[in-house]
Amino acid sequence: MHADLTGLAYLAAAICFIMALRGLSSPETARRGNAIGIAGMVIAVATTLADPGVVSFELIAAGVVIGGAIGTIIALRIQMTALPQLVAAFHSLVGLAAVAVATAAFYAPEAYGIGTVGDIKTASLIEMAIGTAVGAVTFTGSVVAFAKLQGLVSGAPLVFRGQHPLNAGLGAVLVLLVVWLCLAEAPLVYWLIVILALALGFLIIVPIGGADMPVVISMLNSYSGWAACGIGFTLSNTLLIVTGALVGSSGAILSYIMCRGMNRSFFSVILGGFGVEGGQAAGGDDDERHVKAGSAEDAAFVLKNASKVIVVPGYGMAVAQAQHALREMCDTLKGQGIDIAYAIHPVAGRMPGHMNVLLAEASVPYDEVFELEDINNEFATADVAYVIGANDVTNPAAKSDPESAIFGMPILEVEKASTVLFVKRSLASGYAGVDNELFYRDNTMMLFDDAKKMTEEIVQSL
Amino acid sequence: MKPEEAAQSAADAASTDPFIFLFTVFVLAIFVGYYVVWNVTPALHSPLMSVTNAISSVIVVGALIAAGPAELDFSKVMGFIAVTLASINIFGGFIVSQRMLRMYRKRR
Repeated sequence: MHADLTGLAYLAAAICFIMALRGLSSPETARRGNAIGIAGMVIAVATTLADPGVVSFELIAAGVVIGGAIGTIIALRIQMTALPQLVAAFHSLVGLAAVAVATAAFYAPEAYGIGTVGDIKTASLIEMAIGTAVGAVTFTGSVVAFAKLQGLVSGAPLVFRGQHPLNAGLGAVLVLLVVWLCLAEAPLVYWLIVILALALGFLIIVPIGGADMPVVISMLNSYSGWAACGIGFTLSNTLLIVTGALVGSSGAILSYIMCRGMNRSFFSVILGGFGVEGGQAAGGDDDERHVKAGSAEDAAFVLKNASKVIVVPGYGMAVAQAQHALREMCDTLKGQGIDIAYAIHPVAGRMPGHMNVLLAEASVPYDEVFELEDINNEFATADVAYVIGANDVTNPAAKSDPESAIFGMPILEVEKASTVLFVKRSLASGYAGVDNELFYRDNTMMLFDDAKKMTEEIVQSL
Repeated sequence: MKPEEAAQSAADAASTDPFIFLFTVFVLAIFVGYYVVWNVTPALHSPLMSVTNAISSVIVVGALIAAGPAELDFSKVMGFIAVTLASINIFGGFIVSQRMLRMYRKRR
C-alpha cells in the first residue's frame, strides 16, 4: 500500500479510537462507541498487514489465533468482582508487548527504517529506550498490582528503610544507561535498561497498599499509554502516538480523580506505606462506648417504615458478592412504594467505577445510581442510609478532626439520615486505620454479619 | 510579510524536523484525550479502563512489522511474542468492555 494511503488509514483508525472514548460519555452511546473502537483496530491491523515489509503470515496468524483465543476465553469467563485484577493483568501484557517490539526494533532496525544494526539514529535509540523502560515498569508494576488484588500476596504496603533513595538511585542509573546506549549502542546496555526497569516497576508498586489500588491501576493504565507513545516515536507511527497519548491522558485523569476522592496528593500515594491490612480492632481498652447492634428483623422493620432509603456500597459488598441480594432487597422495598437511591464514593472499590459495574451486573438501573456530589444533599431527607461494606468513606472525622489521617477527604454524609444501618463484620477500623465514631451514635444500628448473608436475611424478614 | 519572505518561511516549515511533526501530533492528541476523557461519565470509568486497555494494544502494528519478514530471526520471534500478547489484550479488552456495557440498563 502506498505510504500516503497507509497514513490516511491510520488517521481513520485514530479517529475511531477517539469516537470510542467519546461514546463513553453516556451508557446509551457506549456500546456503539465500543463497536467503533473495534472497527478502528481492524483498520489498523489490515493496513499494517498490507505493508510491503510484511510478507510472511504464518507466525502472525498463529499469534493472533492463540492470543485471540486466550483473550476471548478469559474475557467471557471472568467474574465482574475480579475485574480490577483482570485489568491489571491486561496492562502488564501491553507493557511486555512494548518491550518485545522495542527489542525487535533494536535487533532489526532496517525493518522500521531507523538505521542499521550498530548504527541506529540517536533519536530513535532514545525513544526506543524510553519505550522499553516504560513498558518494563508497566509490566512488573502491573504484575505486583495483580498479585495484590488477586490476594496472591498481602495487600499490605511493604516498606523498608532506604526504599525511596534506592528507587531514586535506580532511576538515575536508568537515565545514565540511556545516555550510554546512545554512545555505545551495545546489546548489553539495552538489556541492562530492560532489567533495571523491570526491577524499578516492582519496587515502585510494593509499598502501595490495597485500597490505594484505584490510583495504582489508573497510573499503570496511563503508563501503558506512554509506553505505546514511546514505541510510536521510535517507529514514527502517528497512530501509535495518538492512541498512546489518549490512553496516557485518560489514565492520568483517572489517577487525579481517585487522588481527589481521597484528598491525597499523587506523590503521597506513590510513596506508599499508607493503610493497614484488614483493619485493626477499634479503640483502646479504656473506652467502653455503647454500640447498638441489631438483627435482620430489626433492620427489616426500620426499612419497611422508611419512605426514602439511600444505599452506600463499598468494597465489602464486592468481597461478599452481595450485589444481587442487595438488588433483591431494594426491589422488595420499591414494591412497597419506598424510594431507593444508590450513592457511590469515587474511591469505593478497587478500581474507578468498580461499584457501578457490580450494581449494573445485578441489574440495578444506572439512573438510580448517583455520584457523591449529586446525592450528598439527599441524606438529610433520607430515613435510612444502608451502608454495606463501606467505612472510611462515611467517617465524619474527615470533616471534623484535623488530626485524622483522612481529614479533608470528601465523604458521603450518611450521618444526616434519620437512621444509619451499618452492615459490617466487626467494629474493626477501615483501610485508613481510623476509628469511625458513627458506630457509636444513637441513630446508628450495627448489623454484624457477612454483607450477603445479612442482606438475604433482611429480604426474608421483609 | 513580503512574498519572498513568505516563500522562505514556507520552505523552512517544509524542512521541519520530522520529530517536531510527531511531537505536534503527540501534544494535540493529549489535548484531545484530556477533553474527551473529562466527558466520560464516572459510572463508566471501569469500561473506560478496559477500552483504553484494548486500544493501547494498537502496539500490535509495530509487532506485525517485526513478525512480517520472510527470514526467521530473533526480531521475528520478538514480533511473534508481541503479536500474541497484544491479541490477548485486543480480544480480551473489547469483549470484556462489551460485556460490561451490555449490563447498563435504564429504569423500566
